[in-house]
Formats: sequence, structure tokens, C-alpha cells
Amino acid sequence: MKFRKFLLVLFSYTLFFTNSYSIEPDVFVQSTVNRASNILSKNISKDDKINELKVIAKETVDIEGVGFYSLGSVRKTLDENQKIKYSELFESYFLKSFSSRLAEYTNPEIEVQDKEVLNKNYTIVNSLLIGTTDRPEVKIDWRIYTKNPDNPLIRDLIIEGLSLARTQKEEFSSILNSNDGDINVLFKTLEEFSNK
Amino acid sequence: MFKKLALITTIILFSAFSANAGSDGELILKKNQPNEVKDCFENLNRATFAFNQALDGILFQPVASAYRVLPSPIKTGVSNSLDNLSTLVTIPNNILQGELKKAGVNSGRFVINTTVGILGFIDVAQHLGFPEYEKEDYGQSLATMGVGPGCYLVLPVLGPSTVRDATASVANLVGGDAWYNVTVANDTQHFSDFDYYASRVTSGIDFRAKNYDAIENLEKNSIDFYASVKSLYLQDRQQKILNTNKIIETQDDSDWEEIETQ
Repeated sequence: MKFRKFLLVLFSYTLFFTNSYSIEPDVFVQSTVNRASNILSKNISKDDKINELKVIAKETVDIEGVGFYSLGSVRKTLDENQKIKYSELFESYFLKSFSSRLAEYTNPEIEVQDKEVLNKNYTIVNSLLIGTTDRPEVKIDWRIYTKNPDNPLIRDLIIEGLSLARTQKEEFSSILNSNDGDINVLFKTLEEFSNK
Repeated sequence: MFKKLALITTIILFSAFSANAGSDGELILKKNQPNEVKDCFENLNRATFAFNQALDGILFQPVASAYRVLPSPIKTGVSNSLDNLSTLVTIPNNILQGELKKAGVNSGRFVINTTVGILGFIDVAQHLGFPEYEKEDYGQSLATMGVGPGCYLVLPVLGPSTVRDATASVANLVGGDAWYNVTVANDTQHFSDFDYYASRVTSGIDFRAKNYDAIENLEKNSIDFYASVKSLYLQDRQQKILNTNKIIETQDDSDWEEIETQ
């Protein structure tokens, strides 16, 4: 009886772990761009598109990680309350900025082409935004955070070799440097952007 | 006159930047990291940036907007012709950077495109399987010799630059650009000053039109547009100097490694 119980438990464990599978970063990117592309080609208002894109961004982007990366070394000087406040403000700012940028595109076609595993935490997925008569083709690389292989997350978009996260980081740094490192000025700027 | 200018330019460059011709790739990478480039003239730069934005709103944006509606083959042809003219600066810089094979390929590209390609309008060389064209300039050549970028600079009309790149561009005016030599510097009776300046203005409009949506989008979604443009420009320069568009070769990953959210 004991042996049968043991077998049952072992079987359940095996079943559980075999059902937990990792998602390949390139498959993850292709599925994410397909979802975004479907929304952008829908015949709905721009505001509705933005709202639906925000849902995708929340699920697929490591917003907290991007936020702390954008803050640079200043993040080490924040207390817990400031970190919480920053995370909230950054999420609103990011979702608005990200979805507004994407919403400008109509029916974008992105082909995932290759991937390069940097280490256990990061894979770069290479893709191509197919050109149209209005715009040339654009190389887009995705920095995918793969620490949890079951839940890969986007941490950066690199467009023709130019990193959006890095640009954002230098933008935040410029605001802090121009205001004697006062984090409250950055909070206010993020809040104003989200509310405009 | 030419000798004197060349001598002055060389002295200024080498005294200002303490050139180190023996620098390796890692040092070049470090020197050209966007966050390593100081914004020594930030107030002046921001004022010039505001002036350029106003000029863009009055001139470049409306013209680029109209240019965009031209048929694609015409836009591609104009862009090809401008690229073809730029090979006249790229070739001497290939040589300065010790890339003799690339200099040969680009010379072949120029001859084929100028003749068979009807003054560069059609990129015949690309159809013949020539490698992708990469522009080079005197600023990039100095960087590969180990000269640091110096401070970030925003030039009126011309836009973002660095002290190194702006100073190096003087070389175009003292014999380093064959197109300038046959249009402005010498009276060849085949070309006039107008041809040179028209090509430069068209080049600006072509760039603005190609990046029309991206620029509008960036401006709308930036909390500090000046800082965004500066970052993108310096990242782009770093890539061009290293002749790579692979982020892993240009980005310092240490910050990413520290952030653990999973």
C-alpha cells in the first residue's frame, strides 16, 4: 500500500514537472509581436489599441527591471518608499510611452530571424520590421530576460543597434544631473508625462 | 594655403585630444561610450538645439513631408546618388583606417554606380553582390587612431556632433572631399557651388524624410528630447566607429546584471 502511494506521489510530481515547460525566447518574441500586430491591424479606435497594447506590455515586459535600469546607480540611494513610488510612476510612464509609440504603426510585419544566447539570464532575439513604401526595413533586436525560462520577459528593444533602454537611462540621468540629483524632480516629470 | 590649413588642423587635433595611435578596440570602445562623453557646453548646446528645432519646424519638416509623397523609385534614386557622392569621402577614410580592401571595393562601387548606375541613381553594385555600403568620415578615422570624442557639441543647422567630429569635418573643406573640390574649391566649369550645397541640403531632407515618423514619435514621447537625441547620436557614432550594430559589442551590461526581478 505504502509503495503504491509512493508511486502515485512520484507520478504526480513527474506529471507536474513535465507540464512545466520553458518558452524559447524567439518563439516568445514572435508570439508577442503577432499579438501586437493583431491589435494594430484591428479596426478600433487608437485609444482602444493603446489600452490593449498596455495589457500585452504588462505581461511581456519586465517593467520593474527596465525602470531600475533606467535609474542607473541612483537606484542604490533610494529608500523603500521612494522605490515603491518610483516603480508606480515608472510603470504609468512606461506604459503610456511604449503603447503610444507602437500605436503609430499600422499593421507592422515583424519576422524573427535569429537568436543569440548571451548567458543564462539573457538572449538577444534578432528580428526585422518589413519595409513598406513609406518606411525602410528596420532591424529590431530584443533583449530577453530568461532567468525564469518559463516566463521570459522583454528588457530592451534595440532598433538598428540603438538601445531604447539606454536612451531612456541617459534621458533620466540628464534630468537628474540638471537638478542636482533631486529624485523628486524626476518623479514630477514622470507624473506630468503620464497625466498629459 | 592648403598646406597651412592642413598643418593647423593637425596641430589642433593632436594637441587637443592627446592622440594615442596605438589604442586597441577596448580603449576605443570605452572612449566612445555615450555616457563617457561630457556635455561641457550644455547650456549653449540646448540653445542651439532649440534653434535647430525651430528651423526644422519652419524648413526641414515641411519639405521632408512633401518629399515623402514622391514615388519610391525617385526617393531611392536620390538616396542612392547621395550615397554615391559620399563614397568620395569614405574611400580616403577606408585608407586612413587601413581598410585597403574596403577602399578598393568602394572605388569599384563608385565607378560602376557613377557610370552604369547613371550618376549613382541606381545602385548597380548592390545588384552585382557588392557588400553593404558603410559610410566613413574623418571623425571616425581619428577615433580609430585613438582620438577621443571630446565634448558633445550641437552645431547650428548641422545638428549633433562632438569636438573631434566637428573639427575633423574641416578636412572635407581642405581637400578631403573630392566632390567639394570639383564644385566649390576649384572652378572645373562642369560643376558649380550650387551643386555642392544643393547636394548637402538634399541630404538633410533625405535624412529627415527617412526618419520622419521616428523623429516625430521620439519628440512626442520623450521627457527630455535633447537628451534622447544626444544619446541616440552618440550610440550611433560608437557603432559606426566600431563598424558594428551588435549591441553586445557596444553596451556595458553591468547594470543589467545587477537587476534581479524574477
